[in-house]
Amino acid sequence: MSYTPIIGLEIHVELKTQSKMFCGCKNDPFHAPKPNIYTCPVCLGMPGGLPVPNKKAIEWTIMLGLALNCKINMVSKFDRKHYFYPDLSKGYQISQYDQPLCLGGVLSLPEGDVRIHRVHLEEDTGKLQHTTIDGKEVTLIDFNRSGVPLIEIVTEPDIRSGEHAKSFLKKLHQIIRYLDISDADMEKGSMRLEPNISVKQSEDEGLPPYKIEVKNINSFNFVKKAIEYEVARHISIFESGATPKQETRGWNEDAGQTFSQRSKEHAEDYRYFPDPDIPPLHFTEQYIESLRENLPELPDEKARRFKEAYQLSDQLIDMLIASRQIAQYFEDAVKEGRNHNLAPTTIANWIINKKVDIHAVSATDLLHQIVQATTVIHVSDDEMQQAIHDVILDHEKAVQDYKAGKKPALMFLFGQVMKKLHGKGDKKIIYDRLERSLS
Amino acid sequence: MTYTFSSQDVHMVAKLANIPIDETQAVSLAEGFTKTMIVLDQLQRIDTKDIHEDYHAVDLENVTREDIVDESRMFTQEQALSNALRTHNGYIVVDQVIDYQDE
Amino acid sequence: MTLHRLTLTKAIELIKSKEVSVQEVHGEVHAFIREKNPTLNVYLSIDEHSSEKGNPETDLAGVPIAIKDNFLTVGLPTTASSRVLEGFYSPYESTVTKRIKDAGGVVIGKTNLDAWAHGSSTETSDFGTTRNPDNPDYSPGGSSGGSAAAVSADMCIAAIGSETAGSIRIPACWCGCVGLKPTYGRVSRAGVIAMGSSLDCPGPMTKTVEDAAILLRYMAGKDLYDATSSNRKAPDYRSSLQKGVKGMRIGIIYMDHLHMPQEVKEVVINAGKLFASHGAIVDEIKLSQTLEKDKVLSPDYAVAVYTIVQRSEVASNLARYDGIRYGRDRSHFGNEAKRRIMLGTFTLSKGYADKYYIKAQQVRMLYKKNFDQLFSSYDLLISTPSPGYALKVGASEGNPMFGEVVDMLNEPSSLAGNPAISIPCYRDSKTNLSLGLAIIGDHFEEEKVLQAAYLYERETPWNRWIHKVDKI
Repeated sequence: MSYTPIIGLEIHVELKTQSKMFCGCKNDPFHAPKPNIYTCPVCLGMPGGLPVPNKKAIEWTIMLGLALNCKINMVSKFDRKHYFYPDLSKGYQISQYDQPLCLGGVLSLPEGDVRIHRVHLEEDTGKLQHTTIDGKEVTLIDFNRSGVPLIEIVTEPDIRSGEHAKSFLKKLHQIIRYLDISDADMEKGSMRLEPNISVKQSEDEGLPPYKIEVKNINSFNFVKKAIEYEVARHISIFESGATPKQETRGWNEDAGQTFSQRSKEHAEDYRYFPDPDIPPLHFTEQYIESLRENLPELPDEKARRFKEAYQLSDQLIDMLIASRQIAQYFEDAVKEGRNHNLAPTTIANWIINKKVDIHAVSATDLLHQIVQATTVIHVSDDEMQQAIHDVILDHEKAVQDYKAGKKPALMFLFGQVMKKLHGKGDKKIIYDRLERSLS
Repeated sequence: MTYTFSSQDVHMVAKLANIPIDETQAVSLAEGFTKTMIVLDQLQRIDTKDIHEDYHAVDLENVTREDIVDESRMFTQEQALSNALRTHNGYIVVDQVIDYQDE
Repeated sequence: MTLHRLTLTKAIELIKSKEVSVQEVHGEVHAFIREKNPTLNVYLSIDEHSSEKGNPETDLAGVPIAIKDNFLTVGLPTTASSRVLEGFYSPYESTVTKRIKDAGGVVIGKTNLDAWAHGSSTETSDFGTTRNPDNPDYSPGGSSGGSAAAVSADMCIAAIGSETAGSIRIPACWCGCVGLKPTYGRVSRAGVIAMGSSLDCPGPMTKTVEDAAILLRYMAGKDLYDATSSNRKAPDYRSSLQKGVKGMRIGIIYMDHLHMPQEVKEVVINAGKLFASHGAIVDEIKLSQTLEKDKVLSPDYAVAVYTIVQRSEVASNLARYDGIRYGRDRSHFGNEAKRRIMLGTFTLSKGYADKYYIKAQQVRMLYKKNFDQLFSSYDLLISTPSPGYALKVGASEGNPMFGEVVDMLNEPSSLAGNPAISIPCYRDSKTNLSLGLAIIGDHFEEEKVLQAAYLYERETPWNRWIHKVDKI
């Protein structure tokens, strides 16, 4: 029997707009000094509060869709999704049902392409905190987060391994950061990950008849581990002759295991219908094109250009384009580096190998450092020979050790020579000379 | 065919709607709803094959707001909590909820 | 003096000319409220200090205005006549009341309605039924029954109501006053407790057509807090009132409906004749069971369409009342609200939404197309909001579709979003009860509706204020 993991991802990303999705409240739930201070009739679900959509959030969602090679729905709308929960102030969440802003994209990865099913825009809920007050178990509600714009990205089940999922998520994260539309911080919950996992048996036709959703995972690594754990678990269930039960599970990092979550008591019937408070959206080609033109250079494009323009290794390029800021820093340095005859490779290596803090060291300072470090100050042969000679005499013990086969002693002696020469001279030549003098 | 409500149907809908009802109410509601459905089912006689449903009577589209914080409409914490039954340190309080909803 | 009997127009005029003071007007209105409210049950809350808030140097000169209790107001509680919201004080003001206050109107009190505006009689109110001031055995109609009764009984100078389908027109008709339901989107819904969001329209309820024109001007216009409010500039409706109907094409509708009584038919046809004598081209439009050119689609199906759309939206709009952030929990909903929430939950539920909700929206479009087509050849349509006089208190009992059937003739224009007015067009001398004339316009053509209504009011004896009060 052979097994194929079938994995899809659902990702939620909070947008970092100034104001909330459907009202003018401040969108900054993580830095709010107090609970329930960024609320208004709309996001607190007061009687008579009416939603008015945030234009920028719509634009950003479309831009993400374009970056993920999606088709943009020229006619879109917002729908109400109903369920009761204390963090949901209106008894419904404004979301998008059958006309999401973006449909059908794809993200290319070395492990295999992952198709994007849809990208839509909705609102976040308030935040719950479980605690005990006066011996009573209670839940505290803070509506500062209620109504924060939230993008939902749903992939097709094209992912085949934990590593594949991680690679997809890293790339998605990178694109989101390039677009500068979200902090996409998993610790804070501004990016939330939910893999759907099943395993297909070789004789299965189509998709497996079940799906496990793992919720509340807050790192790419945990997604990878949860997937690996689940795939192994499903296979062992199949091996025992059973089929995994469809359910929602959570991830326990300490145990390195997923665990079954209490299944929801309520029937899942969200009673979607178009929100009568929000007129439909109708886009023109011209509008979409103007957004496309405003897209920054995205990672793939940048990588291609870097390879062509700077002849760097793939590995180096990957690290340089990790963020727009590093890439920009590198390019600024390269431009200035021309005056110092510094090759892009030298600059790239320096930035990556020395783990340069791009916020602390300006590109100009960086170039100075590189120039200083790579310029060889000439030393005469006599001076070099004298230094080697002196060191051998002064460190008899180390010389004996080396001759007895203790290799590290050579490095010690080399260090002593360099000290005497105050860092001058070509290190390679000095090393060779020292080695020869000892043989 | 008109939809005939059973008291079980009513209980199911009541649960979805989060409205507490007892069995006596369910029975009488089922009867009322079935009567109402006779009226509602008249619609099935109308041919709407070529009609594209629209949800708005007046033709508006693309009504959005600029991404600007509107302090004038924001509540103070005190206002936000002024009608809440239970509060604690600026939070609104409910009995502990145990099941987990979609985020 | 009988200052409580003043029309809005006259009250503003007298205060501005300093013939009477704001305090005198408020004083007499309050005195009359104290006398009448115990029997009529019109007001749920009253601002005893209203006169202190009146500034004569404003457009509305500080006159006392009654507000339906589903508009959020700072300072007075807002209940929607439901125990769920009993004692709720809103931290913010509805756009309509804010605009009225900004223009110098003073909220004197909040009026009774069917709980959550669910009904056509005020009988579903958790705080008791309002009585028809013209005959207390009868219902004032609803859901804006309190506002209509406040106007009719001179317990205010003017009032504001809201309509989903008939909730302004029916009570205005039954109480013998003027009620204008504007075009959907003409007046902001922000801060109004939502019932059917795709249908709700706040509107003036007044003693005269001119009063309605004055109030609408301040109520209407784009609101940044309501995405469905229109960008169109609100005109000065009062300035065009006297333009008349010359050259207008007016169609009479629903007269061949099975349930149209002869008596009502006659007054509507006579109204048509009056308009014709003033230069309008008037003819009768036949009913049709299907969408046909130059015919009016039967309102019979509108009951089903309206019931489904409204119940679905009600179920959704009332989901926020969970007793956590404000109000009491969901067990405190009255029976009518519970019924509507549950039926609306059903019509939106998996497997049934297509058959009911979506189907209803499709048929709704037929009504919209029908009106669009009719208004391509007609300026106005006339009919009646109610095929008869007010019903007796208690008539709604045991009839779960009472409101929908009473409102039937108003449902097509509400579903299509058109503006319409109800003005008194007959008064029975034995019962003291009134019939109403409905004038319906094309989208955003409130001006034409008001022009025709103004002419009718001046040329017929049925408006009790014009033909008595103006002469004091």
